[in-house]
Amino acid sequence: MTSRAPLLARLDSPRVLGYLLITPAAIILLGLLAYPLLLGIWLSLTTATIGKTGEFVGLQNYATIFADPIFRGAALFSVFYTVCAEFGKLLLGLTLALLLNQRFRGYRISRALMLLPWVAPTVLSALAWLWLLDPQFSALSWLLIRLHLIHSNIDFLGSGWGARFSLIVVNIWRGLPYFAIGYLAGLQGISKDLYEAAAIDGADGWQAFRRITWPLLLPITTILVAFSSIFTLTDFQLIWTITHGGPTDATQVFTTLAYQRAISGGQLGEGAAIAVSPIVFMVILAYFVVRSVREK
Amino acid sequence: MHPDRRKFLQLSAAGIGAGALAGGLPTLASAADSPFKPEKGASLQLLRWTAFVPSDQTIWDENTKKFSAATGVPVSIQSLSWNDMGPKGALAAQVGSGPDIIMGWNDDPFVYPDKLVDMTDLVDNMGRAHGGWYDNARSYCYDQDVKRWVSLPVGCTGNALNYRKSWVKEAGYAEFPKDLDGMLKLARVLKKNGHPPGFALGHAVGDANSWTHWILWAYGGKQANPDNSIAINSAETVNALEYARQLSETFIDGVAGWDDSSNNKAFAGGKIGMTMNGISIWYNGKKDTPEIFPDFANVTPPMGPVKTPTVSNNFTSAFIFKYSKYPNAAKEYLRFMLDKPQAERWVTEMKGYVTPALKAYADLPIWTSDPNITPYRDALAHAKYDGYNGKPGKAAAQALDEFVIVDMFADVCVNKMTAKDAAKKAEGKLQTIYKRA
Repeated sequence: MTSRAPLLARLDSPRVLGYLLITPAAIILLGLLAYPLLLGIWLSLTTATIGKTGEFVGLQNYATIFADPIFRGAALFSVFYTVCAEFGKLLLGLTLALLLNQRFRGYRISRALMLLPWVAPTVLSALAWLWLLDPQFSALSWLLIRLHLIHSNIDFLGSGWGARFSLIVVNIWRGLPYFAIGYLAGLQGISKDLYEAAAIDGADGWQAFRRITWPLLLPITTILVAFSSIFTLTDFQLIWTITHGGPTDATQVFTTLAYQRAISGGQLGEGAAIAVSPIVFMVILAYFVVRSVREK
Repeated sequence: MHPDRRKFLQLSAAGIGAGALAGGLPTLASAADSPFKPEKGASLQLLRWTAFVPSDQTIWDENTKKFSAATGVPVSIQSLSWNDMGPKGALAAQVGSGPDIIMGWNDDPFVYPDKLVDMTDLVDNMGRAHGGWYDNARSYCYDQDVKRWVSLPVGCTGNALNYRKSWVKEAGYAEFPKDLDGMLKLARVLKKNGHPPGFALGHAVGDANSWTHWILWAYGGKQANPDNSIAINSAETVNALEYARQLSETFIDGVAGWDDSSNNKAFAGGKIGMTMNGISIWYNGKKDTPEIFPDFANVTPPMGPVKTPTVSNNFTSAFIFKYSKYPNAAKEYLRFMLDKPQAERWVTEMKGYVTPALKAYADLPIWTSDPNITPYRDALAHAKYDGYNGKPGKAAAQALDEFVIVDMFADVCVNKMTAKDAAKKAEGKLQTIYKRA
């Protein structure tokens, strides 16, 4: 038996081969995820402006933004927007999934249509909503007037709270399919035997849902809520297209304010601090979500 | 709002054969006399805003072909929606790569002046040849920090008051009032007659900034003093806000949610009787709503207590990045495009969409060919600048980006804040912005 080349022999070691195989993925992750994140954190600690590297100033940018009422407003609305939208998406997504889990005529086409809001380009759907929410030419207002439910057009975007709730509704509409499809997959993984056994024991529909469906959907709920919260907290396109952060900064969120300060205003350091700060919120959010699910 | 359209036009060297276009010979002579000699083998990339009126793009492209024919320098032109120009310019400045020339807006060049080629020689050359520049040109293109011209003034998409003639007549006015008090009275009657005015109070970059600055300046309000100390919290500002509050009571519902396209749609749809906009609202009416177009009219915005017109426009200028390998070719291209044989046709065919920053072009017959175009000729003569009466630059640019003046008006007109509190709140915001800039 001839001895194998030393290189090939080394590759036989699971440790060496393992590291070798994950190297491309690690390079991609470091280059595409870690580098921008670290650069963002570094910029947030400097006075960088567009075209200038700036000087290291420690946490000064963070002190500045936390003293800024516009940032505090944006942070509060970001959290409010995320919590409301996630709650709405969870509730409606689960309801939709329970309905689509039934076999009825056209259930396949219904499942495909459900995905439309999610697959449509965000900017296009935002523009469509902008039209639906238009104070003068809203199709929604037109319909409600025709149905004699209102007498004049609704001013969806003309007040702070009106604009905030309108954006939450649009976000729920857009993110609903993500929850519904996730829950649908979860529901189809639950054995029918469990429901049959429950029925024999005399459980009604609500009891079956509480004792079987919901507990078995909890793991997927954790994943859906965690990922969707991150998408929602970093939402930019919907808000920027529909309100530009207005009226009077009522709908500013982390991303729109960071864009305004860093790109339009050229203050990269301060903009980076605004962009990095939601990481804290995300960690807090993730902690509460995971803890609440575990407790249950 | 304009959809994010991209149009890429490659005018390659093959297009040089188009030199037989009308005016070719004088153009060649003009190019030969120029002090800006294109570098050997030069080629240029221009990024400009998507034309609001089709003839702008058509004539600009034709003139570019003439330039390529005269100099042998191919120019590729890329167009972007106007409100995407700022971020695109910032990106080019940050990464040190991109188009040689950008035609941007307002204070864009002040965000990264160190990255831009000194344009002083070109500005002097053009000013001498074409009757000098309006004051607004210096405000938006001369950087007082780096003490040089960082951009070549092109002009502005001017603003005027747009109204429906028959409805103003119905309200009992033979002509549009010349002062703000008269306009308020008219607005009240228009509202009563079911034709309310509509002025944007949302984060509409062009439309909300234009009318709020006009009212602020008309009352003598100022964002800052020449030394950049904040001057917004003043009796003049409070008076302007009180006027705006009364005027806003006549507005159509929903203006706080308006973007830059809303007033155009509402005016063309017959929902409002008065607004403020660029000439496109009138120009597009001819094509889109021919049945009511004859009733559209434009007028210079009425004056306030300062007794002089005060107009806020969107100013456009062209700047060359230092990373460009062909700065002389770029300067010659801009000189050529704004030189008389080319610019006269460009401005004329656009029917006043861009008011040139060079005074010589105010004499073009197009400006008096229709009384509705004439107010746009005077847009620059009556203009002030963002951040007036402070130092134009980064701080003013950031204040505009953050809608400080617009939000101050919205606080009073929409959020029902007192004028004094709104002025004080704006003062706080401006102090933060001016300190960090």
